[in-house]
Amino acid sequence: MLTEFGKVLLFLIVGAMFVAGGLIASWILRPNRPYPAKLSSYECGEEPVGNAWVRFNVRFYVIALIFLIFDVEVVFLFPWALVYRELGLFAFLEMAVFLAILLVGLAYVWVKGDLDWDKPVPQIPKIERDRPAYKQQTPAEPVAV
Amino acid sequence: MYELLHDLLGDSLLVYVIGAALPLLFVLPFAVVAVLLEMKVSAHMQDRVAYMYTGWHGVLQPVADILKLLQKEDTVPAAADKFLFRLAPFLVFMGGYAGFAALPFSSAYIGSNIDLGVFYILAVSSLAVIGLMMSGWASNNKWSLFGAMRSVAQIISYEIPSALSILVAVMIVGSLNLQEVSKFQEGGIQNWIVFGGPMPLLQKLLLLPFTITAFFILFLAGIAEVNRTPFDLPEAESELVQGYNTEYSGMKFAIFYLAEFANMFLVSGIVVSLYLGGWTSPFGDVMSGPIWSFFWFVAKGMFFVFLQVWIRWTLPRLRVDQLMYTSWKVLTPFLFVCIFAVGLILVL
Amino acid sequence: MILESIVFYSLAVASVGSALLMVTRRNPVIAALYLILNFFCLAGLYLTLQAQFIAVIHILVYAGAIMVLFLFVIMLLNLGDERKLSDAISPRKIIAGGLSLALLLELLSIFVTGTEGLPEYNADQALQVGTVEYIGKQLFTKFLFPFEVTSILLLAAIIGAILLAKKKPD
Repeated sequence: MLTEFGKVLLFLIVGAMFVAGGLIASWILRPNRPYPAKLSSYECGEEPVGNAWVRFNVRFYVIALIFLIFDVEVVFLFPWALVYRELGLFAFLEMAVFLAILLVGLAYVWVKGDLDWDKPVPQIPKIERDRPAYKQQTPAEPVAV
Repeated sequence: MYELLHDLLGDSLLVYVIGAALPLLFVLPFAVVAVLLEMKVSAHMQDRVAYMYTGWHGVLQPVADILKLLQKEDTVPAAADKFLFRLAPFLVFMGGYAGFAALPFSSAYIGSNIDLGVFYILAVSSLAVIGLMMSGWASNNKWSLFGAMRSVAQIISYEIPSALSILVAVMIVGSLNLQEVSKFQEGGIQNWIVFGGPMPLLQKLLLLPFTITAFFILFLAGIAEVNRTPFDLPEAESELVQGYNTEYSGMKFAIFYLAEFANMFLVSGIVVSLYLGGWTSPFGDVMSGPIWSFFWFVAKGMFFVFLQVWIRWTLPRLRVDQLMYTSWKVLTPFLFVCIFAVGLILVL
Repeated sequence: MILESIVFYSLAVASVGSALLMVTRRNPVIAALYLILNFFCLAGLYLTLQAQFIAVIHILVYAGAIMVLFLFVIMLLNLGDERKLSDAISPRKIIAGGLSLALLLELLSIFVTGTEGLPEYNADQALQVGTVEYIGKQLFTKFLFPFEVTSILLLAAIIGAILLAKKKPD
């Protein structure tokens, strides 16, 4: 008898075998005529400029960090939810304390504005130019007669 | 199902291999049907007719597409990291397919009856996240990498709401195993968890608003996790060409496409098993049994797949900041309220 | 069980191999991907010990969340260019080497002393210990106080993360 986790391993193996089978079938059937222009990276039909491995914005990092902390919290919630009906009110109070402390954290992040996707402020270019002379002159005050 | 296979084939490893390959026999025809559904539904919503030439009303078009993709040249860009570029489709497909192991297709079949159930699905789907990241990075293409970064940021942001909404159902049932969760909801439509589960009437009525909220959020977060409209920023054609799989062609592209459709059904299957009774019949004992239960599961699952297609052709795409706003400032706080309320109702 | 030992040895070889590859790769992204492979192998080893919960959170938290964070940080710092990493011996490397050596000695001492002093479980109990239900019950009864303190730790982590990620010092 295979254990239940052995079956999971078989699922992974069957998935990999299927992908490999598909790729091998297409490898037999398909043509293979590469040339440099075909193998160049796609960049809107232009010659690729530089490398794609560039620096990324810090906001991705912030999201990943917040996710990590909440993920750990969820990991604690799962065993709790599972035994919740058995333990009753006591478990509810325990989790209420736990969540209340963490909700302070969420509120803190919220107030600090780190849940906002950091939008770049568009800088509208300002062009200094001379205004025509006739516009620079302020219209003369009508003289009271 | 495993018992039947044992009777037929004796106690050999073949039994388990067939058991593990059964969902694949479902996923492949499903993908063909879903591609057709997507195209036909979108066309008729926009007053077009879509495919008409291949077979009756174009029903053979997806098959023709597969045959075409099999023969397509499969280029690997010169600038790419060749090994990781080839490895990524494996991870993306395996991550999605391994999730099917814990999905109860019928009262008689679940790939692997582990106690961890839906918790395991959450964990194993991180394999697909890594695959996406790998495909975007290994392509060495700006659009691929932007698409992959966006995709991963989106998936991890919506993993918290989806995990929390799964918890609401888990609290009510007290089991993570989706087979157990489905059994818990047997006895007709009124016992489904979305309608409060098989509880005394008063408790049911109190639970109702929170279970419905959690159900909607789970479905919404599920759509976001499979990167479909209105959450399809990672594949926003108008800005990012094709997203993380821009550089993929031929069969490798087909694998990504198949994985996307498989994930669509996986998400629908999780929603159905947790909140809509899984394979149970809506009429109690009428039309139940292993084969009917398979029918109910697939019918409910297909309904949600149809709903995803419908939403895709109805709603416009969200902006990135709206996406993050929805996840962290709307869905997550709502779910904390749901968890507190359901917790209180269950113990009092 | 012959199957069990095949699974164990293949996972053990894969985890040691991926760990070695992780350390020796010059490109940080590829090193991080080998580390993920290593985590999956370790999760498999936990499963052979029937520690289901640990295995799942190892994948969910380490391979899923922490490694995504690592990859984002690598992208953020643009360490993709391996030439930037110098080979010079710095005080940091000496400290890291010392700590690794201490850890190695600690592990060796555990291997030498064996399982003395550890609680003994029979086979049935051992099957129970790894399940989510068992951990849930223990966590919310016996280990209640450490559990509640964890929330403070997580709160500190949230605040620390926000301070670290702050764009402009004010």
